Amino acid sequence: MTPDTDTGPRHYLNAEYGFRSWLLTTDHKRIALLYLASVTVMFALGGLFAIAVRLELLTPAGDVMQAETYNKMFTMHGIAMVFFFLIPAVPAVLGNFLIPLMIGARDLAFPRINLLSWYIFVLGALFSLYAMIAGGVDTGWTFYTPYSTAWSNTNVVPTAVGIFITGFSSILTGLNFMATIHRMRAPGLTWFRLPLFVWAHYATSIIMILGTPVLAITIVLVALDRVGGFGIFDPAVGGDPVLFQHLFWFYSHPAVYIMILPSMGVISELVACFARKRVFGYDFVAFSSLAIALVGFLVWGHHMFVSGQSVYAALVFSVLSFLVAIPSAVKVFNWTATLYKGRITFETPMIYVFGFVGLFTIGGLTGLFLAALGLDVHVHDTYFIVAHFHYIMVGGVIMGYLGGLHFWWPKITGRMYPEWWGRISAFVIFIGFNLTFFPQFVLGYLGMPRRYHAYPEEFQVLNVMSTAGASILGVGYLIPLVYMIWSMRYGTPAPANPWGARGLEWETPSPPPTHNFPGVPVVTTEAYDYSAQEATRV
Amino acid sequence: MSDARGVLWHHFHSLEQQKDTATLGMWIFLVTEILFFGGLFAVYVVYRTAYPEAWMDGSHTLDVAVGAVNTAVLIGSSLTMAMAVHAAQLGRRGGLVVFLLATILLGGAFLGIKGVEYHHKWEENLIPGPGFDFHGQGKGHVQLFFALYFAMTGMHALHMVIGLGLLLNLVRQGLRGRFGVDYNTPVEMVGLYWHFVDIVWIFLFPLLYLIGRH
Repeated sequence: MTPDTDTGPRHYLNAEYGFRSWLLTTDHKRIALLYLASVTVMFALGGLFAIAVRLELLTPAGDVMQAETYNKMFTMHGIAMVFFFLIPAVPAVLGNFLIPLMIGARDLAFPRINLLSWYIFVLGALFSLYAMIAGGVDTGWTFYTPYSTAWSNTNVVPTAVGIFITGFSSILTGLNFMATIHRMRAPGLTWFRLPLFVWAHYATSIIMILGTPVLAITIVLVALDRVGGFGIFDPAVGGDPVLFQHLFWFYSHPAVYIMILPSMGVISELVACFARKRVFGYDFVAFSSLAIALVGFLVWGHHMFVSGQSVYAALVFSVLSFLVAIPSAVKVFNWTATLYKGRITFETPMIYVFGFVGLFTIGGLTGLFLAALGLDVHVHDTYFIVAHFHYIMVGGVIMGYLGGLHFWWPKITGRMYPEWWGRISAFVIFIGFNLTFFPQFVLGYLGMPRRYHAYPEEFQVLNVMSTAGASILGVGYLIPLVYMIWSMRYGTPAPANPWGARGLEWETPSPPPTHNFPGVPVVTTEAYDYSAQEATRV
Repeated sequence: MSDARGVLWHHFHSLEQQKDTATLGMWIFLVTEILFFGGLFAVYVVYRTAYPEAWMDGSHTLDVAVGAVNTAVLIGSSLTMAMAVHAAQLGRRGGLVVFLLATILLGGAFLGIKGVEYHHKWEENLIPGPGFDFHGQGKGHVQLFFALYFAMTGMHALHMVIGLGLLLNLVRQGLRGRFGVDYNTPVEMVGLYWHFVDIVWIFLFPLLYLIGRH
């Protein structure tokens, strides 16, 4: 991140130089870039583990690695991706950078806590990295008891400590966003003038604040069981392993909404800009975020349909899981309706929007299959589940993340990314993704269980397709990595508003000055005011 | 920053906005804390419902008198904390430091008494784990009672220790004259935290010491 020249206007990137100015910064924009670097590293790490998994599954026999090694590979893939990439990626990078800009504030409410959250994140990541280097962990990212507390011989405690610590960075980020959105909005920026990106992050913050502490205490109890032999989840003294699952999923199901809601916020911004229209049914999209956050807390039992919870509870959880589809569908329908009679252009971010809507819809609809009690028993713990949640977490979250990263890249770096390469890579990712995960729906429906390193020969063709798709997907992720780094130095300098987009973040130079705005911006219009007059590309 | 005038961060427009924001942030944090302890309370409810006899046996080993004294000590510390906040708001620096020190003293006394209680449990082999033995009857469900007793009071004690650290920091800043009529937000924030930790104990005392006895 070295700007090539000292001439020209001062902005947050060239305001100060040197490691100290980055490691001790309290500027939300710089902290966002610290997060960007960290989550990219963790994404690459999680990707390496995914390569190991797909490589092993190329052939039916377990020939690349032993079952134990394979268990570690998919576990560490899940841990790196879920806790250290998907949960922080959009909020801590794009949210951190954009929320103050979008609401006309100079910074987040608590700049030092923002920096602290990054250090906590890094510390947690280091613990988990240590566990990986020291021999790995093999419990699955879900740490089910009593395997995790009594039987696994791997590094459960260091990994759990890492996740415990990282949870606090998530809590502090959510706390900071919430206080910021409540107290730091520019004059005239009422709640219903806020960009939907901000609404989505507000809803996300609610989940971070209410869910993460429950995971924290659950990890403490697992550690007490494993290290001290407390027996809280040990049936030998009357402890209940299913209780662990309840506590774990009370956080870890809403955590899926921590991942997807910010990406949904990104999509709302992008679809309005590239259709040149106000998002259809703004209020509904805003409230659907809150509805997802709240209903999302009441559906965790659908992970436990076969684990011995009461059938009546399962019935209620099933109904509630169907319910959460409503606000999700409201979003998809409203984005689609926004396109109607829009003047649509197909820049890279918009291609990601179409990718997101398609993949999220498939992921969401298969989620309804899984919410149905009978069908879930059939496909539970098969590749159908794996395909379903990757359609949401990769097809949804990462498409939104990459779309947003491209959209705001000119704002963040002051440089344009190469548009042609952007479109190519978006298509490569879309094709690679579908080739990887669509065969897994079929595999799962045919009965291939997840978490095994070997499988019967009749599943090989679909597995080869999946591994081939994963290779394409990997290339698709490498292309943006290369050209985005390249563009930081060699990209065309970006104007303040290259997309002709609406929103306060586009009214300040690219990259923004350290204090974001010269004065205090005053807001007099609704969000996405594209109809009043064509916003000009400056 | 050695004077008692307000310190306004660059990204706020006014001291009022700054204080409002800090207060909101602290309340949000306390919501997080409620959910943190909430997980423990949920586990408690599940096992207490499942094993009422074990809970009765476990409760009877706890000393109600000691617990009651400790409750009084902790409520006392909340009173001195409230008085410290009041002193800070009135700009009485001497009073602030005295009441903060009194809070630290009472908080420390609470932890000391708790430590003595823990020690008794240690001597009676009531620490959950391989060595647990309930009056010669082996393990059984009573171990779950003690697992939760130590998890809940232990997490509470950990919050007390963090609170004592925050209070010591306030004393240090108070001695330097950092707080006054127009800037006392940190004292109020630590006060909120301290009262929260106190309230957690107000729930723990009856749940662990009292209601299981009957």
